[in-house]
Parts: sequence; structure tokens; C-alpha cells
Amino acid sequence: MNTVIIYAVITLSLIGVLSAIILYVIAQKFKVIEDPRIDDVANLLPGANCGGCGYAGCRNLAEFIVKNETLDNVFCPVGGNELLKQIGPIIGKVAIEREPMVAVLRCNGSKTNSPSKTNYDSLSSCYFAHSLFSGEGGCPFGCLGCGDCVNACTFDAMYMDKETGLPVILDEKCTSCGACVKACPRNIIELRFKGKKNRRIFVSCVNKEKGAPAKKNCAVACIGCGKCVKECKFEAITLENNLAYIHFEKCTLCRKCVESCPTNAIWEVNFPERKKKTADSQTEEAIAN
Amino acid sequence: MKTFKIGGVHPKENKLSEKSPIKVLALPKTAIIPLSQNLGAPSNPIVNKGDKVKVGQLIAESSSFISSHIHAPVSGTIAKIDEAIDSSGYKRKAIFIDVEGDEWLENIDKSNHLISDIRFSKEEIIAKIKDAGIVGLGGATFPTHVKLMIPKGKKAECLIINGVECEPYLTSDHRLMIEKGDELMVGIQIIMKSIEVTKAYIGIENNKPDAIEHLTNLSKKYNGIEICPLKVKYPQGGEKQLIKAIIGREVPSGKLPIEVGCVVQNVGTAYAVYEAVQKNKPLIERVVTVTGKSVKNPTNLLTRIGTPVSLLLDEAGSLPDNTGKIINGGPMMGKAVNSLEIPVVKGMSGLLVMPEKESKRVPIYNCIRCAKCVSVCPMGLSPYLIAQTSEINKEEMAESHGVMDCIECGSCSFTCPSGRPLLDNIRISKNKVGQIIRARLK
Repeated sequence: MNTVIIYAVITLSLIGVLSAIILYVIAQKFKVIEDPRIDDVANLLPGANCGGCGYAGCRNLAEFIVKNETLDNVFCPVGGNELLKQIGPIIGKVAIEREPMVAVLRCNGSKTNSPSKTNYDSLSSCYFAHSLFSGEGGCPFGCLGCGDCVNACTFDAMYMDKETGLPVILDEKCTSCGACVKACPRNIIELRFKGKKNRRIFVSCVNKEKGAPAKKNCAVACIGCGKCVKECKFEAITLENNLAYIHFEKCTLCRKCVESCPTNAIWEVNFPERKKKTADSQTEEAIAN
Repeated sequence: MKTFKIGGVHPKENKLSEKSPIKVLALPKTAIIPLSQNLGAPSNPIVNKGDKVKVGQLIAESSSFISSHIHAPVSGTIAKIDEAIDSSGYKRKAIFIDVEGDEWLENIDKSNHLISDIRFSKEEIIAKIKDAGIVGLGGATFPTHVKLMIPKGKKAECLIINGVECEPYLTSDHRLMIEKGDELMVGIQIIMKSIEVTKAYIGIENNKPDAIEHLTNLSKKYNGIEICPLKVKYPQGGEKQLIKAIIGREVPSGKLPIEVGCVVQNVGTAYAVYEAVQKNKPLIERVVTVTGKSVKNPTNLLTRIGTPVSLLLDEAGSLPDNTGKIINGGPMMGKAVNSLEIPVVKGMSGLLVMPEKESKRVPIYNCIRCAKCVSVCPMGLSPYLIAQTSEINKEEMAESHGVMDCIECGSCSFTCPSGRPLLDNIRISKNKVGQIIRARLK
């Protein structure tokens, strides 16, 4: 009776020891040495897997950062500079600070500015509508208002304004991942610098038609007159294909171009209201002179 | 009676204008001739502002292999070459001609006299067709001379002429068969000679008994032409469906009809070929059906290319007040126009005025998996499945379910009891998959 138990214990222990040795050898042979820093970096990343950095998910970006030990040309738009500062010490590099960006809608063809001439009642998809016609308002460059960008946004930072028929981008939620930029079939949405105190100036139009046909379809279209180009002292505005474009790297937010635009196509965002030239200020100027 | 085997629907025919003879429409004041009127590359203009042109003069040249010539449909002065809204819904390059009189090129035979003996060789015929700028007039506007050049190693066995006109409302081909029967027969013989076949079939649905009878009588005079009455079923006018219906062969997926030894041409094209080869007349006019339940006089108009559609609608009685949509083409495959100033182009077979009540889309409900769309799909696809993959952006799945075989006939959307926009979603998918396939080939 006892011998049976003893034999059983001995055999089982032997099998156990043998398996342990085999497992150990195999584990040593096929060991995957993963840099522990990858986990550290991946834990810091937001985990949204939005693809805004250009890599397939957050883990993929973490692997790239650690393997190449670089922070050049790498940017997580969701985490921003703060995040890169935290990642820096892990791989012993310092990231170059980047200006925070935000998505900007470069079309103001609302229902009042560009009234509907036709009615679109087919599938609510900008991609499809774009393949069919120039749009309800008639502008072949403007927003179609079917909300492909809103559907693409994973951060809930956009919604369709029913009154204007245009999407609205919420600055505080936008991470500038660029999903909406890719979703828009007409390339209306652009990533621009967020600007000091969230202040931005941009041409809210992408119409490349000549002045007359552009104006015919939309009251606030850029007609390519070039007044803003002349007004700008910093060479931040260029005119190409009847369309003015403000280079945000050069713009100093002086707001002179906004005043010069005859169609109000240039938009200023988050600026305080302008001081109107009242009688008081005029007298003050007179006294100063 | 013959027909194709898989799927198909039978929408209400509504051939309101089948009894009204083809009328010649008056010339417009300004003709707008878009430069892209064919499948493939747009043509290059060869005239300048201020030039005087005569009817039939070449004004734009074909720019690549799959492209076609465009001729002046009216005489007058070139006003400008500018952008104009056309049936694509966008502004595209077009030639504007201010009409002055009606002066034709001297070598064009304007008489109605029938010339039945064919004195040209195969190569000469194809060259003449190319010079006349003929494209497939059924609606796809594929350049005809390209279709007639049989690729090396292949051999055509028969010619199939499409007189099916399976779209509801449209009657332009029907009237053409009745009124220009003899010319049509000669045109068919010319095409037969150019592709070296001895047998031609004309497929006609049996809702046009007068056309069947008329052409059957005529076909006794001409060798090798047989009339095939077909059971009424949509989309019998599709190339692959017609081949299946008439000679019982199935064109393999992704292949052309020549793979099974067939060439298919529309009756309108055959008539245009007759005029080009026997009368030297390029493709400058076509028959357009203007119809609709609310239209006063539904009619068939022989219209010059470049006439604004508003003139056609005036001719059929002014535009009714309750109009919701005007469709370029038939109700199944046509596309609503977004301006009344769009010009008639080579591929425009009809204008359908829809009252507001009928033009509205029905509310969309959930898919109930009834599989009606599967049973009516003439290509044997599963439309509900492809539409679903399109909604969730799974292009590779759509491709494996055969989205590229879809002929966009709309039978699935037509039959869906939940009113789902199946075809719209499939079109999105087809577009995207097409892009992926082209990128893969590069």
C-alpha cells in the first residue's frame, strides 16, 4: 500500500521536475526580450487609438519611440506637449515643443449665406453627395452638410448645427487627430495652430472659382480680390487659384486683413470685441496731437 | 418567350409617349456643348472664341484611346469656352455657340433617301465611326469605335442589338425602331460588316408589339438579322442580361461580352452608325423622350446636342407646378438634374418629370432579412450584405462579396420593403473598392 503511494509521489515529482526543466530551457531559448520602457510609454499614452500620430494605435507608437529612442517627428496630438515631456525622461530625450493644433472648418456656407437651390434627399453621406452634385447651395467646394466629419470624430468634439447646416468643432475637446480632415471629401477641414489664448485668424472659404461665380452661390465666399494680401505686412497671406490662404506660422494675429475683406470671408476667433472709434477716443487723439 | 434567368423586377411600364411620333425640336439661341460627353477622357477643343462653325464641323478632338470627337451641332459663332453646369452636377468645360441660321457642311447628305448598299471596307467603317464621334447611345456613352475593334485572339460570332428599352417611361428607342426601321437595318448590317459576323439579333421586349412586327417584316429583306421578342423584365437592357436572354451565354465576372463572342450595340447607336457611314453625318443630334405623369404632352424630340433641357420641357408643355424632381434618364437608373440649364448630351435618353409626391424618398426602416433584394439581383449578389459592409467601411469584405459585378440597376432598392437605400450604399462601396483596385494595379 505504502509503496504504491511512494511510487506515485516519486513519478509525479519526476515528471514535474522534468517538465520544469523542459519549460525552462524552452523559455530561455525562445525568450522575447521586450524593452520594459515600451510598457511605460504605452501606459502614458492616452489609449484612444485614434491614429492621429500616424501609427496604428498607441502601442505601435510606443514601440516606435522606444525602439528608435527618438522623439523627433513624433507627436501625439491627444496628449500634446505635456505628454511628450513625461515620455522624455523614459528614453532620455527631450522633445521639441510643438504649437498645439486644432481642426478648423474653412467654410461658412450656412443656410443663410448660401441658400439652398436644390434639395438633396438621398443617403446622408458627404462622400456620396460629393459624387452626385455640387451641393444644395450650389458651391462645388463648400460643405455638403451630411456630417461625415462628425461621424469620424472619436472624441465627441463635433456636432452638426441644425440651423446653419454646418459642423461645429469644440476647441476644448478637439485633439487635432485629423480624422475629420481625412473624412471630408472636399478637404474643407484643416489643422491649424491653436494660437495664443485660442485666438485664430483664417480664411473661412476654400472656393477656387473666380469672384463672380463664387459670390453668386455664397455671400461670404473668398473672391480672390487680394486686398488682404496687400494689407498684410508679414507676408503671411498668399493668393492662389482665386483663393487667399493665411499661413498660420507667419500670422501675427494683427487682424488687419479681417477688416480689409470685402466679403467677410476672413474669420477671427476668440478675439475681444473691437474698440469702436468713439467720440472720446477721437478727442483724445486730437489732444495728443 | 426568352428572358434572363436570375433575378429581375417588373416596375410599372408607364410608356406614356410611345404613340407620339418623333418631333424635330427648334434650334436653341445658344448651344452649350460639354467637352466630356463620353466615358473616358474629355475631348480637347480645337476652335477658338469668335470662330465661325458650320453644322457637323469638328470642334473638339478625342484626347486618348477611350475618348471621342465632338462636332458642332449648330452653325454660328463660338461665343466662349467656359465652364457650364452639366449632367454631372458640376461645372465643367464646355463650348458655347451662338446660333446663326442652320448652315451644314457640304459633304453631309441631309435627305431622307435610303442608301442601302455598303461600299466601305471594315477599316473604313470603323474610321468613319470614329470620325463621327459616335458613342454608345444607350446611356453608358462608351466610344463605339473602341467597342468595334475586336482585340487580337478574340473572335466575334454575333452582334446583339439592344432594342429592349427596359426602363419605364422611356420610348426614344421604341419610336426610332418604328420610324427609322430601314435605316436601322442598314446600320446593323454596317456594324456586322465591321466586326465580320453574319448573324445579328435584335432584342425587343414584347411590350412593343408594333416594333416587333414592323422589324420582323423588314428583316425579311436583310440577310442574317433576326428579331428576338423578349419577356418584359427589368434590367433586360443590361449587356450581360441581354446576352444571357438571347443566346444563353453568361459573361464571366469582370470580363467583356467579347469573351463569349458577342458585341452589343444599342438601336440608337446603330442608327447613328448608318447616318455616319452612309450620309457622312456626325453625331450631332439624338432622340430624347420628355415624359412624366404630370407633363401635358409627353413626347419624343429629335434634339441637337447642346440644347438646354428647359427648351425640351417647354416643348412638352410648360413645367408643372408640383414638380419635385426632373430625372435625366429613366426612373430606375437616372439621376436628378440640379439645374434646368444643363444641355442635352450624347448620353441623354430621356427627361422624366416627377411630381413632388412621387419623388420623395420613403422612410427608412431596419433590414428585416427578407432577402427580396437577393432574389431580384440580376447579377446574383447579396445587396443587403454589400450595403452593410459599405456602412461599416469594410471595403475588402465588399470586394469579396462581388461589389464590382454590380451593374447599378437599382432592382434591390426598388424592391426593398423597408425602403433602405441599398444601391446608394453599394455605389459608395463600388467607388471605394474601384479606387483600391486601381491603386493595387499601379
